[in-house]
Amino acid sequence: MATLDVNGQKRELDAEPDTPLLWVLREQLGLTGTKYGCGIAQCGACTVHVDGVPTRSCVRPVSSLEPGQKIVTIEGLAPGASHPLQKAWLEMDVPQCGFCQSGMLMAAAALLKAKPRPTDADIDAAMSNICRCGTYNRVRAAIKRAAGLPTTRA
Amino acid sequence: MDTPLGSLSRRGFLGASAAATGLVVGFHVPFAAHAQGAAAPDEVNAWVVIRPDDTVVIRIARSEMGQGTLTGLAQLVAEELDCDWARVTTEYPTPGQNLARNRVWGNFSTGGSRGIRESHDYVRKGGATARLMLVQAAADRWSVPAAECRTAAGVISHGPSGRTLRYGEVADAAARLTPPAEVTLKDPKSWRIAGRSVQRLDTRAKLDGSQVYGMDLKLPGLLNAAIRDCPVFGGRLKSFDAAAIASRPGVRKVVRVGDTAVAVVADTWWRARTALDALPVEWDEGPNASASSAGVAAVLRAGLDAPEAAVGHQVGDAKAALAGASRRVEAVYAYPHQNHATMETMNATVRYTPERCEVWTPTQNGEAALAAAAEAAGLPPAKCEVYKLHLGGGFGRRGAVHDWVRQAVLIAKELPGTPVKLIWSREEDMTHGRYHPVTMCKLQAGLDDKGALTALHLRISGQSILAGVAPQNIKDGKDPVVFQGLNAPGPEASIGYTVPNLLIDHAMRNPSVPPGFWRGVNLNQNAIYLECFIDEVAHAAGQDPLAFRRALMAQHPKHLGVLEAVAERAGWGRPAPKGVFRGLAQTMGFGSYVAACAEVSVSDAGELTIHRIVAATDCGHAVNPQQIEAQVEGSFAYGLSAALYGECTVKNGRIEQTNFDTYPVMKMDRMPRVETIVMPSGGFWGGVGEPTIAVAAPAVLNAIFAAIGKRIRELPLKHHDLRRA
Repeated sequence: MATLDVNGQKRELDAEPDTPLLWVLREQLGLTGTKYGCGIAQCGACTVHVDGVPTRSCVRPVSSLEPGQKIVTIEGLAPGASHPLQKAWLEMDVPQCGFCQSGMLMAAAALLKAKPRPTDADIDAAMSNICRCGTYNRVRAAIKRAAGLPTTRA
Repeated sequence: MDTPLGSLSRRGFLGASAAATGLVVGFHVPFAAHAQGAAAPDEVNAWVVIRPDDTVVIRIARSEMGQGTLTGLAQLVAEELDCDWARVTTEYPTPGQNLARNRVWGNFSTGGSRGIRESHDYVRKGGATARLMLVQAAADRWSVPAAECRTAAGVISHGPSGRTLRYGEVADAAARLTPPAEVTLKDPKSWRIAGRSVQRLDTRAKLDGSQVYGMDLKLPGLLNAAIRDCPVFGGRLKSFDAAAIASRPGVRKVVRVGDTAVAVVADTWWRARTALDALPVEWDEGPNASASSAGVAAVLRAGLDAPEAAVGHQVGDAKAALAGASRRVEAVYAYPHQNHATMETMNATVRYTPERCEVWTPTQNGEAALAAAAEAAGLPPAKCEVYKLHLGGGFGRRGAVHDWVRQAVLIAKELPGTPVKLIWSREEDMTHGRYHPVTMCKLQAGLDDKGALTALHLRISGQSILAGVAPQNIKDGKDPVVFQGLNAPGPEASIGYTVPNLLIDHAMRNPSVPPGFWRGVNLNQNAIYLECFIDEVAHAAGQDPLAFRRALMAQHPKHLGVLEAVAERAGWGRPAPKGVFRGLAQTMGFGSYVAACAEVSVSDAGELTIHRIVAATDCGHAVNPQQIEAQVEGSFAYGLSAALYGECTVKNGRIEQTNFDTYPVMKMDRMPRVETIVMPSGGFWGGVGEPTIAVAAPAVLNAIFAAIGKRIRELPLKHHDLRRA
């Protein structure tokens, strides 16, 4: 039995040590907002924060996490979806199918924490998540809006 | 939209899920209070339910997969209903209810960009009919003529007396009236809800993880299944050693699935998947075990000059005119197999008993899913039901063929009474797709001594989607869908050029890789073939590509309209920024006219940058312009992913690409700016989810030629050296 700190709560779980964090979140803790897309850290749909660091949970074995490490998922990003990014996403109608958007939001939240006024190059580097619907331009604009920057691109 | 729970009780579900997860999630069971097939008590008609608190529930038969059809269709109903848009919510009727009610909601199929263009008429009538019934109910209560009543934002008012009633106050009475036989729909010029860039109805739940996709469904006692189908198309499952994994944690059962696949059922999917990876399996690889991409290409190439071909469009005598032309231009293009690669892999949850089979799945066509479930269950459709869940992408993969539903039902039959969720791994999804058809095209043009186009022959050789998916629709050896974008003048996918001698024919060549409808379908490669070749011919004739096209488009004003619009906005004919080059493309498909102008640069090292796209769409009527913009932008991500990277190759009978590391797609850093011109000209209804994809690649390929002087005729671009010639 291991213990994880997820969204500010201590959670007990029973999983093989090599189980990826993604599947612990989804299947043991019922936090299905974090998505399975590829299983090999290519698409970013499974992105969560581990001690504030954007982490692709599909390749992070649960045994590599210490009980004191703080894990935040999309469900715990901000109460009532009140994060500036979530507000900007809503105002700009960013999602299409929406399946990748949890990962997009978690990657973007980590970016803004590290770089509150990101450049286009910063956004390109941090946002390597795959969206098959093609919401990239609205994602970019919404990050800028949340950062209080002009939403146009050079 | 709420998630339906079928015959499982609300109490049982909430109790189980709260115990398992500590979460409390509000779920609503539609139609739970009445028998299947009967109307809900607060249902004004099939499309409109109005609750006493004035909430308006609009029923949506098509599937939402990101394209915005849920919001657009609701706008059309709400427009005619004159309700308060702020109080609108939506729900899916189930395929079983549609069956029981004599298909009152019409077609559930959500492909071919048809959500709005093929149901605008009857959904608007549904809203208009409900409005008249609500007005009549109010007029009856007041004992006044209905003609003296007006409606606005969900309130009925009687002018002479100043009295008002809310829709919620008379919905019950309205539901008991006989619907009027005739209704008059509003002139789109007077629209107040439709035609406007209202926000989507389904965004909020996608921002906090609460949106339930098929993969996310929780049910009491749920087990999970992972599957492996024979990696070679046409092969079979020979044997597997279930005992080898029987003692692994969580494993409940190892199941043969039909003739070709094996599945492991476990308490969690991760345990099922890892056990499956450890399962010894032997395959009978069958007749296609040595199939290869080189073999496919050789067969297609032979079709380019084969004497037998189905004629799709013919004017004059192209072969004779080519023979007599003063100058000829010829080129061969090729387009590969591609996977849809929806972000959410195929999945379905099934609860089977000998009396009833229930399926929860993301599907583009609930009725087809129901038919697949009934067939696999061996039960009549009336004893089956499908609950549609939100799709994590569709793009055509979840429409025509429901192979994953069949598998899930076959697995659940082995565990009667227990709900089982089948999830495909990404590797399973990549290697068992229904792939974009593979084709080649030989194009020949004849010019007269003044440089005018006198003859054009397009010989398409390659795969037919219908032959693989719906062979009953092949008529006299001809698949009419192959000619998308090249058809004779008409309302669907017509060619935008007038050529005095024209021949477009198809030599059908079907490899072992199963084809499917892939967003944009055959318009994708046909627009590349035609629009890149027209560019080649213009160049050969020493003419500007826009001027050369314009001369052929006098009888195609809508095609020309979008082309002129992008040329004007992009600044065609005026200097581009230093080092930037432009390319044009136009086409017509799914009822709409689209064009694009791409601006690219290519570095000395051959690195391509796509800076800017200007795109135009004439879809006749624009129901939600900001969502059309979203579809156009997304079409460039999808179409340029295909052009830059998209390719599934065959080796030893199987698909070589297994995940996003070997099947890369466009990411943020390569996404160009997109400026969208929405220019509805009225008088027709076109789709918007697909047509723009087809102009993405040819506009960029023509711009690349302008930049480096090389024609790229085989996709994807990743194989080509783009350094200047």
